[in-house]
Amino acid sequence: MRILPLLFSAAFTIVLIIILNTKLVVPAPLGALLSPQHGLWQNAEPADKNFSADLKFPQLKGKVSVYFDEKLIPHVFAAQENDVYFVQGYLHAKFRLFQMELQTNVAAGRAAEMVGEVALKHDREFRRLGMVYAAERALKEVEQNDTTKSSCDAYTAGVNAYINTLTESTLPVEYKLLGIKPEKWTNLKIALFLKLMSNDLAGHDNDFEMTNAKQFFSKTDFDLLYPLVQDSLDPIIPKGTIYAAPAMKPVAPANVDSMYLNKGFVAAEEFVKPNPANGSNNWAVSGSKTKSGAPILCNDPHLGLNLPSIWYEMQLSTPNFNAYGATFPGSPSVIIGFNDSCAFGVTNGGRDVRDYYEIKFKDDTRKEYWFNNQWKQTTFRIEEIKIAGKASMLDTVAYTVFGPVMYDKNFNGGRQTNNKNYAVRWKAHDKSNDLLMFNLMNHAKNYNDYVAAVENLKVPGQNVAFASKAGDIAMRTQGEWPAKWKGQGDFIMPGIDSSYMWQSMIPQNEIPFQYNPERGFVSSANQKPTDSTYAYYLGREYPVARGLLINKRLTAMQQITPQDMMALQTDNYNIYAEELLPVLTKQINVTMLNADEKKYFSILRSWNLRNDAASVGATVYNEWYKKFKTDVYDDEFAKAPKPIQIPFESTLIEATIRDSSYKFFDDINTTKKETLADEALKSFKEAVVVLKDLETKGNLEWWKSKDTRINHLLKQPAFSRMHLNMGGGRNMINATTEDHGPSWRMIVSLTAKTEAYGVYPGGQNGNPGSVYYDNFVDKWADGKYYSLWMMTKEEVKDNRVKWVMNFSN
Amino acid sequence: MKFFISILLTALLSYAICLYLPWWWIIAITGFVVAFAIPQKAGLSFLAGFLALFFLWAGLSFWISAPNNHLLAHKISLLFIKVDNPILLIAITGLIGGLVAGFGGLTGRLSRKLFTR
Repeated sequence: MRILPLLFSAAFTIVLIIILNTKLVVPAPLGALLSPQHGLWQNAEPADKNFSADLKFPQLKGKVSVYFDEKLIPHVFAAQENDVYFVQGYLHAKFRLFQMELQTNVAAGRAAEMVGEVALKHDREFRRLGMVYAAERALKEVEQNDTTKSSCDAYTAGVNAYINTLTESTLPVEYKLLGIKPEKWTNLKIALFLKLMSNDLAGHDNDFEMTNAKQFFSKTDFDLLYPLVQDSLDPIIPKGTIYAAPAMKPVAPANVDSMYLNKGFVAAEEFVKPNPANGSNNWAVSGSKTKSGAPILCNDPHLGLNLPSIWYEMQLSTPNFNAYGATFPGSPSVIIGFNDSCAFGVTNGGRDVRDYYEIKFKDDTRKEYWFNNQWKQTTFRIEEIKIAGKASMLDTVAYTVFGPVMYDKNFNGGRQTNNKNYAVRWKAHDKSNDLLMFNLMNHAKNYNDYVAAVENLKVPGQNVAFASKAGDIAMRTQGEWPAKWKGQGDFIMPGIDSSYMWQSMIPQNEIPFQYNPERGFVSSANQKPTDSTYAYYLGREYPVARGLLINKRLTAMQQITPQDMMALQTDNYNIYAEELLPVLTKQINVTMLNADEKKYFSILRSWNLRNDAASVGATVYNEWYKKFKTDVYDDEFAKAPKPIQIPFESTLIEATIRDSSYKFFDDINTTKKETLADEALKSFKEAVVVLKDLETKGNLEWWKSKDTRINHLLKQPAFSRMHLNMGGGRNMINATTEDHGPSWRMIVSLTAKTEAYGVYPGGQNGNPGSVYYDNFVDKWADGKYYSLWMMTKEEVKDNRVKWVMNFSN
Repeated sequence: MKFFISILLTALLSYAICLYLPWWWIIAITGFVVAFAIPQKAGLSFLAGFLALFFLWAGLSFWISAPNNHLLAHKISLLFIKVDNPILLIAITGLIGGLVAGFGGLTGRLSRKLFTR
């Protein structure tokens, strides 16, 4: 009977190991994760870790020295041009491998492989959008160009050189938590990453929402709710600019009124879309406006705030170029930064380059569709979607002349498509080698080099600002934009023939731009690029507030210093409140208010119109505005099909200022005809209820009610930075909202010796167990900057150099 | 004496093997082997394995975590046990190592009993 206790003990030991090595019983493989020699403890990096190393890789052609400064920013000096990209890839992988893998898998519709079924819908959506198809086409272009091919090859080799050094214990902590291993890096992943940025920046469309709105509202109401031009628009290229006659004119189809503008509803549920706040600010002022007499360029791209950050700061130096700035882990070159001659920065162009066409299939096989009076063959692309812990799923996507049929009987992405089929025409499907722009920008010495560089950027279209030590400043509203007839692509279009297709692209020599303008500055903040004298249709959704304020400020400023620019970039002034608040408060009869309401009203009266962190007035205004907007529109929108386009913020504000008898002030559910005064009072009283609740919870200060956070990519609060004490907000120059905002602030003064400042909300090391994981966050939240060091080879003994990594072959 | 030698040997063997092999559960086998080689009362074999790995894993994790100022341990403890307590996480680490090696040891001791009378 001795064998029984043995069997029991052996079985128990094995079961214990299985429990602790898998997620079958406990939510994480605790044994594997807590083993001090293999698991998470290995990622607890000593606070005084020594990053110096001597490394040998036969792939290198020469020596590369990397000097890390006290912020862990690498200054990479390579004797051979492409070696610099090898080391860039190596360092990106060493400090940011998990985000590179996650982002490229998200781009490729392979997220379910990493995180399981929860990501399946996303994966199908992205496969059907043709993300991989787009990346493959881009890669072909990238690899046909010697410059981009060799830099990508070197970059990929560098990433893989690092991946090959990894062991069980040196894996990044997220890999351990998810129980996955890194995959080999490829050039396709670089292309995928850039397509992910294209989706973020050039993937915003309202076609379904606008189609519903068009059907639901009368033409008069529609024009009131969704005006084509905003009163307060101050376009990127100033009003009054003369444009050359267009080379070609897109022609609207003859049946546009019957076929296009009077289609049925496309009822649908809510679905995830790129954040419309993916905007940015950039501007450059010429020497005539600065104290030093040298141009200053500033840029702050607004993106989703994440840890690790989307940016990784570095200096790349070879005998051919020397560039410093923010780089994308996942791509070679400096993306936003400066070199020894000039500085460059981008904001999103934001034009509508994604349209949908309704496709008529012959039958359920989707093999043929009706196009130009005949049945035309589709081609199929079979997508295998792997799912962690489950069997793979196969999804067959039909491709048409327009592009992939994204929504059909098999998948509607949350849209109730009523068994209709929608193909997507997306600019990012077209061939382009956008990467070349960044490579050439890093090498650019003057204005002509800048123009030659930016013309390679086709998608996502960006407003590219430029300033040089020669004294030039410039702005190009760059991109390869479809030349659209008025209204084209605002709504879902018929796809039975070629009449609604994009007819051609706007020629590059008709791209609106400014070069050394008389006003002494160029600027962009995602507003409409031009006034209506520009021949091509530009769509209707553009934010106006930031651009308006920036141009006001820049016009007034003289003798500008970099410190003035810091104040401007972090300005929390609420220009919409400046316009709207006096109109609203005038409507309030104080005798109608109770004691609480009077208290908040007087707070608002003494508010300085700034959304600073500690401001209570900002919270009061914000809650009032939210209720006001709901009260004005909700009655009309309640019965509308969903999703429906909510009017842009500028629409209500401009209408209220312009017209106190704005039609939508009336509550259609009452017999009384409400006025602005009624809506203002009603919404203020409602806001006070919310405010009292906020006050009870101690959340009345603006930073508390806004509650900015920086989420870890896996949304783990323990790895995130929550409840940041900071001001700003939507439509302010400091556009910091709940989880979105200035992802990199940069100011470059192009004096003989460049004087540059910058900060991003994160840290250089993606490891949550490193002191360099989030060490920039507090400075960023405070609106402070670091001095950016363009290191020279003579400075290797400088005491800012903390560690040296030597690479050789 | 046997007891202390068992503890020391189990800890040392586990540490050395884990330097080279990627499998954390090898500690069950070292517990097994040491208990098989150095026979004691079954309870003591369990305790020797348990204490060896409790102190090895708790000690190692503390030794790694201290120069990190427990930065990661703060975050992981919040993630796993929903309280911010690095020392508790270190204790849980020791407990897990101890249990696995302890039962490995017990199994080793009982296996040997099959061959002896």
